[in-house]
Amino acid sequence: MENWKQNKAVFWVTALPGVVWLLLFFLIPLALIWGMSFGEKTSIIDIEITGTLANYSRSFEAVYLKIIWKSIWISVISTAVCLAIAYPVAFGICFSPARWRPLLLLLVILPFWINLLIRTYALIAVFRTRGTLNFTLEWFWNLAFLDKLIGPFQPLELLYNNGAVIVGMVYVFMPFMVLPLYATIERLDRSYLEASLDLGASQWRTFFSVTVPLTMPGIISGIILVFIPMLGMFLVPDLLGGTNAIMIGNVIARQFKQANDWPFGAALSFLLMYVTFAALALRAFIGARMKGGVGV
Amino acid sequence: MARRKSKRGPLDYAKSPWLIGFGLITFILLYAPIAQLIAFSFNDSKRNIVWRGFTTKYYAKAWNDPALVEAFVNSITIAVMCTMVATIIGTATALWLWRFRFPAKSAAEGVMALPIVIPEICMGVAVLVMYSRFGSWMRGVETGPLHWLNEFWAIWPPLNLDAFTIARIWNEFFSVWPLNLGAITAAHIAFSFPFVAVVVRARLAGFNREFEEASKDLGASEWQTFWNVVLPFMMPGVIAGALLSFTLSLDDFVITFFTAGPETNTFPVKVYSLVRRGVSPDINAASTVLIVITLVATIIAMRMQAPSKTEG
Repeated sequence: MENWKQNKAVFWVTALPGVVWLLLFFLIPLALIWGMSFGEKTSIIDIEITGTLANYSRSFEAVYLKIIWKSIWISVISTAVCLAIAYPVAFGICFSPARWRPLLLLLVILPFWINLLIRTYALIAVFRTRGTLNFTLEWFWNLAFLDKLIGPFQPLELLYNNGAVIVGMVYVFMPFMVLPLYATIERLDRSYLEASLDLGASQWRTFFSVTVPLTMPGIISGIILVFIPMLGMFLVPDLLGGTNAIMIGNVIARQFKQANDWPFGAALSFLLMYVTFAALALRAFIGARMKGGVGV
Repeated sequence: MARRKSKRGPLDYAKSPWLIGFGLITFILLYAPIAQLIAFSFNDSKRNIVWRGFTTKYYAKAWNDPALVEAFVNSITIAVMCTMVATIIGTATALWLWRFRFPAKSAAEGVMALPIVIPEICMGVAVLVMYSRFGSWMRGVETGPLHWLNEFWAIWPPLNLDAFTIARIWNEFFSVWPLNLGAITAAHIAFSFPFVAVVVRARLAGFNREFEEASKDLGASEWQTFWNVVLPFMMPGVIAGALLSFTLSLDDFVITFFTAGPETNTFPVKVYSLVRRGVSPDINAASTVLIVITLVATIIAMRMQAPSKTEG
């Protein structure tokens, strides 16, 4: 690497476009809402930055605290389910024949490139009252003559509840979880697994005492990678949860669209940013400790 | 996971029927909703529950819906403009971070990665606030707090430009297609060029810097070395990054949802307003077209990235 003083012209030519663009269309906007989160509305359109903490304290009122809490537990459950599905999938891909691996990996992450809105819409068609799932259930119901015995099939209300949001989140983010897991499991030294099995540990014991601890960095990256966007997710709760499963993302959107309370929306979105920074700091901290501490 | 008593080798997890079955079910569940969406775009039934024969009439219907076509053209235009600018900026950023050692470099790297990690909605509302502030400044130059700008420009008599005229010219300039999409495009560039930078930098990591030194020793200028030595090497990364930014821009809903004015629609925003009203086959048809475009771009991008592993 060159010292920047050796070639200042090239340094500035390569540095400025990105720095200026990020400053104008990312950092300044963020600074603006950060300032606004300490402001208050003085009229319909005017906002004065007064340094008040009222917006933040309002976020901890019972109504909003409930929504924040709900966003957290929905994201935690969805992340856990993602991990429980993605780990075996990533594990299986790593131990499959080498020539199949790129194809399998491509197949897992390909849905991730399909528009999020379209994937959510595809789920609506499956879960709605007159959707594929209810239709299939009805078919089985009639096949078993339950319609003669009990009565006609009552379609299940599968959409517009917390369960639908969790299913949607898992469906949307599962591919994203596979990538970091695959990257660490692939680098796993298999002789540790052999040693554990040779010394008499069962497959399950080996998995939980050797494989999982050794792949912990991938698990943590995966969790953070998936948890942060889930927490701020707007589309999935909006389309699959309706009014019954509102999350922070929906509240933020509402403050900027219908409710027109920008300072409060700004405070909420910065709460989300603080959580993001905390999660990233945690990852850096754990990453540093893993490098230094566990010698294996 | 794996059964304990079997004739497989102890690490032959790929032969475990449990693991294979689990993987298979996951893949099926992952693709079934998308497959159904595509299949039902060809289904000759409005209610879309049972198969009633093959038709392409919903494609024709989507094609004849001027609002949908306009939104689609807008999305493609934004994605193309975004790709052109984001690729250049992202490549420059990658070269910058790859080549130079400078104070606070890790801070610069962290800030450059920020658009990748923060929740989309935070960026969406931030850009919304900035544009609305900018808009009110522009309206306020005549009488508002930026009145001093008026006097400042008035010092320049030969051009006879006052701040009000500048604001008017600015507004007219940015109401002409495709410049009226400029605000959305600028935001798209801001979140997609860091991705380009990451991809290009990964490619550059495999570059042997002795080639660059040899080129300069043999008398090539900085520009000639870049154009003939560095650029050809990083080209697969640049193309992969370009296609990545194309799909990112085409897919974006949240940021566009907050930055788009009432008169500009993009495809995802239009689909969103349709989806809120319910499931209909013409949304399926339009979505299928978008899926095909994205997947083709993604597969080409992955092909482009693949060789870097073997050469590096």
